[in-house]
Amino acid sequence: MNMLVTPASPATPNGTTSMPNGTTRPQVRIVIVGHVDHGKSTLVGRLLHETGSLPDGKLEMLKAVSARRGMPFEWSFLLDALQTERDQGITIDTTQIRFRTNSRDIVLIDAPGHAEFLRNMITGASQADGAVLIIDALEGVRDQTRRHGYLLHLLGVKQVAVVVNKMDRVDFSADRFKEISDEISAHLNGLGVTPTAIIPISARDGDGVADRTDRIGWYKGPTVVDALDRLEPARPLEALALRLPVQAIYKFDDRRIVAGRIESGNLIAGDEIVIMPAGKIAKIKTVESWPVTPIAGRQGAGRSVGITLDRELFVERGDIIAHASAAPRETRRLRARIFWLHDKPLAKGDQLLVRCGPKESRATVVAIEKAVDPGELESRENKAIGRNHVGEIDISLSNPIATDPCTENPRTGRLVIEVSGRIAGGGLVLSVDAGQRAVPVDIVPVESALRPDERSARYRHNGAVVWLTGLPASGKSTLAKALERRLFTNGGSPILLDGDTVRAGLNSDLGFSASDRSENIRRLAEVATHLARNGHIAIVAAVSPAREDRATARRIADTAFREIHVATPAEICEERDPKGHYKKARAGALASFTGIGNDYEVPQAAELVIDTSTRTVADAVDEIEQMLKTTGVLFDELVDLAANI
Amino acid sequence: MHLLRTDSGADGRDSRAAVSEQIPVALTAPSMDHLDQLEAQSVYIFREAFARLKKIALLWSLGKDSNVMIWLARKAFFGRLPFPALHVDTGKKFPEMYRFRDHYGKEWELDLRVEPCPPIDAVDPTLPPAARSAARKTEGLKMALAKYGFDGLIAGIRRDEEATRAKERVFSPRGLEGNWDVRDQPPEFWDHFNASPPQGAHLRIHPILHWTEADIWAYTKRENIPIIPLYLAKDGKRYRSLGDQDITNPVSSTATNIDEILIELEQTKVPERAGRALDHETEDAFERLRVAGYL
Repeated sequence: MNMLVTPASPATPNGTTSMPNGTTRPQVRIVIVGHVDHGKSTLVGRLLHETGSLPDGKLEMLKAVSARRGMPFEWSFLLDALQTERDQGITIDTTQIRFRTNSRDIVLIDAPGHAEFLRNMITGASQADGAVLIIDALEGVRDQTRRHGYLLHLLGVKQVAVVVNKMDRVDFSADRFKEISDEISAHLNGLGVTPTAIIPISARDGDGVADRTDRIGWYKGPTVVDALDRLEPARPLEALALRLPVQAIYKFDDRRIVAGRIESGNLIAGDEIVIMPAGKIAKIKTVESWPVTPIAGRQGAGRSVGITLDRELFVERGDIIAHASAAPRETRRLRARIFWLHDKPLAKGDQLLVRCGPKESRATVVAIEKAVDPGELESRENKAIGRNHVGEIDISLSNPIATDPCTENPRTGRLVIEVSGRIAGGGLVLSVDAGQRAVPVDIVPVESALRPDERSARYRHNGAVVWLTGLPASGKSTLAKALERRLFTNGGSPILLDGDTVRAGLNSDLGFSASDRSENIRRLAEVATHLARNGHIAIVAAVSPAREDRATARRIADTAFREIHVATPAEICEERDPKGHYKKARAGALASFTGIGNDYEVPQAAELVIDTSTRTVADAVDEIEQMLKTTGVLFDELVDLAANI
Repeated sequence: MHLLRTDSGADGRDSRAAVSEQIPVALTAPSMDHLDQLEAQSVYIFREAFARLKKIALLWSLGKDSNVMIWLARKAFFGRLPFPALHVDTGKKFPEMYRFRDHYGKEWELDLRVEPCPPIDAVDPTLPPAARSAARKTEGLKMALAKYGFDGLIAGIRRDEEATRAKERVFSPRGLEGNWDVRDQPPEFWDHFNASPPQGAHLRIHPILHWTEADIWAYTKRENIPIIPLYLAKDGKRYRSLGDQDITNPVSSTATNIDEILIELEQTKVPERAGRALDHETEDAFERLRVAGYL
């Protein structure tokens, strides 16, 4: 229900009107949740009245209409009436209502009570700073009461006020109230949530909403309006360790800006940082902004920022930037407590996509425990997590991610799960199995003594990674060697990194599974990029069949990357078969061999495509050389001469 | 405030720069006010949209909201709009709006694409007149989508401005026909957005969904964002919302600057889109339009 109700403006002490956006008053967002028909609409109607938020004459008019129709007036009519009368002066909808208490601007986010709309309840409640959990005094705690309580806990809504409504129906019995407060307290405490207040009310009659009436004279705590007035607005998590998840790297101009939102902690230019999960170390050079840039001063949690680093490092979306002394953990395995919204229950062995901030990774459910319907009183444990149920899962991730347990950082310690491109669940990271890695704080990369232009002046080229990809026996190594010879003859500094050669040493621990192949490519790209940064032309000849792996290599090498697809037809490659691999594979003696299956993913945007079956090696090398000239790797002699005249 | 004029009004920015340099280096960061929080959230949404979708465009209606949006995008991308600004032109905007578009399209170095709408005859004749007129824009939008193949369109709608808009998600999937299924919206929480539209369909992205009309004006003033002068009162009337000339009416007002607009908003009980004829024809005209793909 979204209604901007604008009462006669309450004057601030000095008589000036406060800003409508709440710059002088804290704004808090709340949800009212609970079982269907326990009195949410009535409470909202009553709250609007008690806080003086209704337009003049509205209440009288509705009461007159009810009397004329011979119906008892109901507070919930207010919402219906406001909804249909939006044209006459009030904007309204089922998402947000705004009203004011003495010291707070309250934005009330609607959260449907019906079980069918749990995904909408979650969408609403996840934006809230606080919640009011409403319980019918007669009916007591029901399944949706428990379920909503559980979800508030999982969503991280810590300020929860409980109201026990319809006290008039139980004759304002203090005993009944105590019974319900004990039950709900036990449920919430079991989840680690302490209610900020438990308030007996009759939303219909007004008891306990804004006034402690005689009928609840035995109750000494706050009213609902008092409780709302004490809610604290969301506080950015500045006191925690720095966590800056990387959303993107921008190179719109000569700056290379790492952009993201600071989820916790703060940063300032000059800070020593570590990029996780890779564990690379750098210093923040500048904090960029617009229209004024760079900006001085510390930037705290909640800010969307852009930083530049003091050295060129491979950073990608999903990495987390932290201070070197307090880094998050790198892991491929974690345990989470999740809620599940998808129609199909989540079961052991399921393949998922997990998102932890901007980082995404494919994952497999390794184990499921404590799968229950949080609405049931006696929770029966299941093997799978059904729709609208919760559970604890162990997941194994295909890529390492950096994360924190939710108890250490509520922002980075949570994740969502996607199925078929749609969010299907979410939850809290309970624990991580940290990888065994050198403590990154001890790693201090040493930069070269030479400047890049000193090298390029000697070699007459810039550093580059020339990446030859193609089927086995397509001619990659032959071309690579010919290119190496040509560049060397011209005074350059080429270095050959042949896939098989590197596998014999550096990568001898790797096999041919998809993840080993990825790691093989990543290492090749890292080494090649290091050479390129130091002015050499690294020539990589590797089948590299997976598009995603080559994309990783391109990200690592960045602007130095030149991809050449050696696109010799498959039949010809098999005919050549200099290493005898095709023959072995056909005989079934070589598993995971790329070439005879359909597992080679053809590049879509290679800088050059060469078919070695239709031209000589010398022609092909000419073509590569030309490409390297036009893309700024090799210096064009003529242009250079002209520049020197 | 910064009306359509050619000097760049850099004074405000410079004074801010000077202030920030005087802040001593402290161990805690300066706290964020309400507008800072809104801005940071919008910037986050822009960066997510740019990172996760392949081909996006910003719908520039030339009004106060989409101008704030462009400003926020330039905050997100360090002065640039790294994707096209799409103006689906009904041909019936106010002359001041076209002047504004041509001037700031250049000054802000926008990749501006102006796409025309089909003639009125091509639009559902069962709709009431103003809604039918507005539905032309939906058709124009569909044509532009087909022409460029965008998988994401950034739109400057806000929850507080109109009933059906309040139900929106930040990343809102549209069907193959551009239609919106309000009953089957995916969950969206913790700033995780559903960013995978089915093949051939597209997403609407709403970076200022959480802003209010007053927020827009307060931010416009703080950031010195240019506005079309029609928003300011002249002869006792001003426009609160700008659409096509023939279906938009001014409201009574004496507000001649943004401060006065903010005071007026604090006191008014008239909704923002009161001057938009299409909102008032029938109860469901707007919802029907939105289900069909209107903004």
